[in-house]
Amino acid sequence: MSSSPPAPSACAAISAAEKVDGFTRKSVRKAQRQKRSQGSSQFRSQGGQAELHPLPQLKDATSNEQQELFCQKLQQCCILFDFMDSVSDLKSKEIKRATLNELVEYVSTNRGVIVESAYSDIVKMISANIFRTLPPSDNPDFDPEEDEPTLEASWPHIQLVYEFFLRFLESPDFQPSIAKRYIDQKFVQQLLELFDSEDPRERDFLKTVLHRIYGKFLGLRAFIRKQINNIFLRFIYETEHFNGVAELLEILGSIINGFALPLKAEHKQFLMKVLIPMHTAKGLALFHAQVILPPQLPNCLIHFKLLGLLKFWPKTCSQKEVMFLGEIEEILDVIEPTQFKKIEEPLFKQISKCVSSSHFQVAERALYFWNNEYILSLIEENIDKILPIMFASLYKISKEHWNQTIVALVYNVLKTLMEMNGKLFDDLTSSYKAERQREKKKELEREELWKKLEELKLKKALENQNSAYNMHSLLSSTGAE
Amino acid sequence: MAGAAGPRAAPGAAGGDGDDSLYPIAVLIDELRNEDVQLRLNSIKKLSTIALALGVERTRTELLPFLTDTIYDEDEVLLALAEQLGNFTGLVGGPDFAHCLLPPLESLATVEETVVRDKAVESLRQISQEHTPVALEAHFVPLVKRLASGDWFTSRTSACGLFSVCYPRASNAVKAEIRQHFRSLCSDDTPMVRRAAASKLGEFAKVLELDSVKTEIVPLFTNLASDEQDSVRLLAVEACVSIAQLLSQDDLEALVIPILRQAAEDKSWRVRYMVADKFSELQKAVGPKITLNDLIPAFQSLLKDCEAEVRAAAAHKVKELCENLPTEGREAIIVNQILPYIKELVSDTNQHVKSALASVIMGLSTILGKENTIEHLLPLFLAQLKDECPEVRLNIISNLDCVNEVIGIRQLSQSLLPAIVELAEDAKWRVRLAIIEYMPLLAGQLGVEFFDEKLNSLCMAWLVDHVYAIREAATNNLMKLVQKFGTEWAQNTIVPKVLVMANDPNYLHRMTTLFCINALSEACGQEITTKQMLPIVLKMAGDQVANVRFNVAKSLQKIGPILDTDALQGKVKPVLQKLGQDEDMDVKYFAQEAISVVAQRLRKLDVLVKDREEPRIPGADKNLFLIPRGPGEDTGKGPACQLHVNTRDTLAQLEIAELVHFLQSRE
Repeated sequence: MSSSPPAPSACAAISAAEKVDGFTRKSVRKAQRQKRSQGSSQFRSQGGQAELHPLPQLKDATSNEQQELFCQKLQQCCILFDFMDSVSDLKSKEIKRATLNELVEYVSTNRGVIVESAYSDIVKMISANIFRTLPPSDNPDFDPEEDEPTLEASWPHIQLVYEFFLRFLESPDFQPSIAKRYIDQKFVQQLLELFDSEDPRERDFLKTVLHRIYGKFLGLRAFIRKQINNIFLRFIYETEHFNGVAELLEILGSIINGFALPLKAEHKQFLMKVLIPMHTAKGLALFHAQVILPPQLPNCLIHFKLLGLLKFWPKTCSQKEVMFLGEIEEILDVIEPTQFKKIEEPLFKQISKCVSSSHFQVAERALYFWNNEYILSLIEENIDKILPIMFASLYKISKEHWNQTIVALVYNVLKTLMEMNGKLFDDLTSSYKAERQREKKKELEREELWKKLEELKLKKALENQNSAYNMHSLLSSTGAE
Repeated sequence: MAGAAGPRAAPGAAGGDGDDSLYPIAVLIDELRNEDVQLRLNSIKKLSTIALALGVERTRTELLPFLTDTIYDEDEVLLALAEQLGNFTGLVGGPDFAHCLLPPLESLATVEETVVRDKAVESLRQISQEHTPVALEAHFVPLVKRLASGDWFTSRTSACGLFSVCYPRASNAVKAEIRQHFRSLCSDDTPMVRRAAASKLGEFAKVLELDSVKTEIVPLFTNLASDEQDSVRLLAVEACVSIAQLLSQDDLEALVIPILRQAAEDKSWRVRYMVADKFSELQKAVGPKITLNDLIPAFQSLLKDCEAEVRAAAAHKVKELCENLPTEGREAIIVNQILPYIKELVSDTNQHVKSALASVIMGLSTILGKENTIEHLLPLFLAQLKDECPEVRLNIISNLDCVNEVIGIRQLSQSLLPAIVELAEDAKWRVRLAIIEYMPLLAGQLGVEFFDEKLNSLCMAWLVDHVYAIREAATNNLMKLVQKFGTEWAQNTIVPKVLVMANDPNYLHRMTTLFCINALSEACGQEITTKQMLPIVLKMAGDQVANVRFNVAKSLQKIGPILDTDALQGKVKPVLQKLGQDEDMDVKYFAQEAISVVAQRLRKLDVLVKDREEPRIPGADKNLFLIPRGPGEDTGKGPACQLHVNTRDTLAQLEIAELVHFLQSRE
């Protein structure tokens, strides 16, 4: 509108763009948005704040007083502050920060300070700070690949708490047998829920923390694995949303790698019911590197994994198709020839679909298999089986594909295949047309069959109607009598 | 993959056991195993046809076992299968054989994919009703028990949805077992199963005996409502609605309300959100007394919750909550206990909260009456009308009619105007579009003088908006205004301004003139159309832009019915004929289309004239046959049928019409 007054400041940037097409572009909207941060949901429900008063330094205290002071400081650090309000309680916030720093320093440089009586206060302080209800996401359609994550507002304190937690767990004085009274299933459960945090810095700390706990608390291992599984299953089948999938997968990956053969049934189930179905998730690109593991699978599982990938092959997402092809190639790289024989038929049916994909990146990625020496040797060994499967689509796209690079690649592949078994190649070429006609005929037969079935259905429906009608008239006539 | 799956031959593939069925099952099963997923899917979707071809006996003995064995397939195929089987009872021989459908559905109810499982459960629920009581206990209940004690969580989640359908028809002993199974699922190890159980808790409570509700459901509810996972706790809130309906006030107060209160203060915002979201249902379920004692305080705390999501959900419920309060003492409760909180929401930091409130707050005026509205609500309306967020203002304006009924709109008009003007010029065209839609309503409420003075110029400015959707809406808006204020007003205020735009250098604006004429001609009537609009349209036929020219043709077609014979014959026709020879293809096409319509119109007018002259013959329809017709014209068709005839013939038709007219005038 030419007569409109200048738009209010915030809109100024977009209005020009908008005049062109009426829609703001995503990038424009994003540019407007500033890096945001959010505080915990739990915190905001708390009431008034107590002001902190600095305690004397630990290093200045006598060794008798030190323990007492240590606990006092831990208790002091249980008090939380509102970081969404950046001007409130500045002094107290600074005191807590300094105290936390001191605590980190204290447990990492001194020996013999983690005594049995301190465990309760330590865990209490950690729980009070890190366990909180994560707030609703500011950005419901958060796209981790494009959007800036919302950062945790209270990070200046929480970071130090995590730091302290790690030093505590890694301290030579740390005794799992005492700690297990406090670090129990409920504790771990709450810790796992924090993996949904949008802040990548927090998830990184959590990963290390959980790894340490898994290493030191044998009694919690099965529980941790099970809860992680539950989180994954919820992610796959219920919410499709969990920020910490990649981190949790990384932890599980290192756990499973540490297992010797024969593989436990639990891990087999994990692969079949979690890892493979996870390929269906929308955000696969974010954790694909972690999903691929474990690289060295026992033979029987390779078979299942390949079948699983074929089952969940993406139907509409070309980007994911390329990832799947990459994963297939990695498996084929280490597959044994006998295993290969078992899977070759369904596998190459899928590959023949991929090479003729109209998305050139998919076709290209599939055709690159022929650059892999080992795969090539597997194909050559089984050329009698593979060539008939691949031939039709290769032959077809060699003439029809829109992309010249693909046509060139297909030409090379066909040449390679021809060299492997020239006779079969010639046979297939000459029977190509007949084959197509046979397919068309089959198609016609199918149509015919269904037409007949439909007629039959109509006939039966009519019969039923008639009999119902007869019944009806019979009834009414008897009724009339 | 199922196609490639296997060596497993179709059962009874030989088929030829001498019966009279048309097709060997092997052929049909081949279709169900086709390598192409799409074809397999098509076959499954026509499974009923296949079953019909096989007959009930072979469907039971051959098709169903085959289906049970091929459960490993694409989820899409399985989904279709699960759906089909729900309607299969007739095809396996009626209720006596309904249990034959259970094995394949049982397998489907255990697959991982949620949609497949849900569909299988839905079908199982459906066919459970078709079981006889005996068959239910013999076949269905054991299936539910098997699922409920399955190893993998999927079967147990599926079981949760089946308890309530088999419970009412089971014997007492079996009922106890069913309750036992449900109880154990409510405390299942995996949160997925507990969630499923929690979501079915209300449904199950409804079919239970009242005693069992008290002794069994309430403890389960209590446990689920304090589950360690918030995703379970929030589902318990939903169950609360159903359970509350079943219990007496005393039991309710003692057993359920404490838990509800605790949910409203849950540490997870998701649970609190759920309470806010279900508030109206909860209110109805617990009745007026508990509402006053317990729910209102809970609602107050939700309205000042620390999470905007919760506040917004609660704000949405404000009107319903007030409406459902008992009429006696309602005003006082609202004014004293609700309004103070609402006042704070008006200046909330979050725009979603404010706009949620703005979408319902006007509704309070009818509940509170004139005086209270003026005293308490009006300041809030005015504040929201000045809100920085357009959505808030828009929500207020779009609900103006509620206030209009109670206090009249005049009270607001001073604040209304700046708000409207600002929205009318908002940078987002969807906001502008939304405000245009309320213009006729506003105009009606504000009166013609106020409108002319303040809003008319806005309405005209929209006509030259840079977004087509706005120009289009502005055109329709003009038509509605003319309907409201009358033709005289149109002639004085709107039409001249519209017609001036015909000379605008921008062809889009010139086209807008045409669109306005299309919209306004009917409301303005014949005189204005013929005298003021038509000349402009005709003049624009010489426009240098083809789009304008073919829109002239369209306009002439559109306003044709309003014009009289002379105008059509003397002015419109020559112009259309000229456009019919235009060098531009589209212009030619639309001109010819218009010619054919105008020709019909002319003929109809003649008929009417003739009808008047020959009063002996009643009805215009019969008269048609008396009119001389051109060679080759199908006399069997009335004019209406020929509206869309091939344009190639239209010039010829025009000639005929002329001939008729000529004859007519000689008479």
